[in-house]
Amino acid sequence: MESMSPTMLGLTVFVLSCFVGYHVVWGVTPALHTPLMAVTNAISAIVVVGAILVAGHAASGTENFSMSLIALVGFFAVVLASINIFGGFVVTNRMLAMFKKKK
Amino acid sequence: MIQNSDLFALSYLVATVLFILGLKGLSSPKTALRGNLLSMVGMGIALVATLLNPQVTTYGWIIAGLSLGALIGIVLAIRIDMKSMPQLVAALHSFVGLSAVLVAAGTFLLHRESGELNGVLLAEIAVGSFIGAITFTGSLIAFGKLQELLSSNPLVFKGQHYLNAFLAVVMFALAAVFVSNQDFTLFLLMTAIALVLGFLLVLPIGGADMPVIVSMLNSYSGWAASATGFTLGNTLLISTGALVGSSGAILSYIMCKAMNRSIFSVVLGGFGGEAAAASGDDSKAKKGVKSASVEDLAFMLENAQKAVIVPGYGMAVAQAQHAIKEVVEVLTQKGVDVKFAIHPVAGRMPGHMNVLLAEADIPYDIVHEMEDINTDFSSTDVVFVIGANDVINPAAKTDKSSPLYGMPILDAYTAKHVFVSKRSMKAGYAGVDNELFYYDNCSLVFGDAKGTCEQLVRALKNA
Repeated sequence: MESMSPTMLGLTVFVLSCFVGYHVVWGVTPALHTPLMAVTNAISAIVVVGAILVAGHAASGTENFSMSLIALVGFFAVVLASINIFGGFVVTNRMLAMFKKKK
Repeated sequence: MIQNSDLFALSYLVATVLFILGLKGLSSPKTALRGNLLSMVGMGIALVATLLNPQVTTYGWIIAGLSLGALIGIVLAIRIDMKSMPQLVAALHSFVGLSAVLVAAGTFLLHRESGELNGVLLAEIAVGSFIGAITFTGSLIAFGKLQELLSSNPLVFKGQHYLNAFLAVVMFALAAVFVSNQDFTLFLLMTAIALVLGFLLVLPIGGADMPVIVSMLNSYSGWAASATGFTLGNTLLISTGALVGSSGAILSYIMCKAMNRSIFSVVLGGFGGEAAAASGDDSKAKKGVKSASVEDLAFMLENAQKAVIVPGYGMAVAQAQHAIKEVVEVLTQKGVDVKFAIHPVAGRMPGHMNVLLAEADIPYDIVHEMEDINTDFSSTDVVFVIGANDVINPAAKTDKSSPLYGMPILDAYTAKHVFVSKRSMKAGYAGVDNELFYYDNCSLVFGDAKGTCEQLVRALKNA
């Protein structure tokens, strides 16, 4: 059998992940919906992977004008995603640490 | 023999699993912190694996970018006030959106340099960019409304939906032409239209619908990450984006259901504006309500067996949660069974009220969701409402003409006595007058929520 195209593989992963997400998220207690949003925010900053690939690849060719432009674009993308990663995780941690049981 | 690329794929798979386990940890406050740690480890693995990718040849820009972002992110996260959490979340959504746009643009330019463009890739780049762009500007507007930089009233004008539909069609047409002729100008034009569309989609949405919109943008930011994953052929981004996307979609659904609104009517906008303007008539509204003093409330509370506190966003605005915590402590010492009842849309984002109460050190096991506590109200002696309004309005059940009709409410009105702390007779967020105030078992305690709670603590201690 011929192996599937990357797009088809991506689509398979995408659809299955939606189902996983659906089931996992319904299990989240409503009391923690705000931390859920903050942490999903942090992990959606996984676009940092793309940002790093753009910045790291382009920066090797900075003698060329358009490559340095691409590196700059990548740099900003890394900064924005990084704000999300660190901001999202730290604020989630801060919130979760406040939830305490009755003594 | 394991290939290098399989090693990367394997570490990405581990990261995905850790994210899933991290979200699963949120099923209980007991496991939540550990879950968050797992997600952080997942992100760490993803970062290291990406940095080791042979495509990455220089590190200067990346390290600088990561450090700068970390600094800004950590400072924001530490300094943010819990009341302003929805704004922070909206701001963070906008960053993911913009980042996705930049990655799409960067990926296009890189592939053009190396001459590796093809139709599928271009389509993925276009989709990644426009979802990111809509998320970016939509979240900016949501941020502006939450931060009160912009009016929270819906901005509606004639032909709005036609304009949006027209822009969407133009955007898709440009995307299609871009895919066939690879012109970067078309890409920029398409992205610009998506940016405008993001603005226009959120501007007409009123303050009362903000929790839905914040959840929806959460969902968009996930789809944007997924689309970026398709561009890069990276399954980690695809699956993580899908997790976030479905999470946001579920939260939007829960919020819509809690307000008895369809997602379409929220997206089309315009709710909570006109009615608010018509409700300034104090003299008429004051007729027939009973007011009570803080001492009356203290007396009723300490002689109650069961008391339920219903907090709303007004509590957060008045910063009354710490005073409420003291009220709870004194009452518990006196042997009163005190619980909290939280409506799903209390506050300005899902679960906002729970965080505010947790911040005030109120234990989470006395804080109950609407479904769990609604049957308890009829056997409750005293309900004390602080800063909540629409979510206890019986008109939602009885008055078919009310804009709230059909919305599930906390059945506070079935309790023996209801006391409502109110600053004035102004209507709630939805701009609707509250029928409960005219009920025989309801009394209003006028004054600032924080002041009332502090007085209440003193009165209870003296008694």
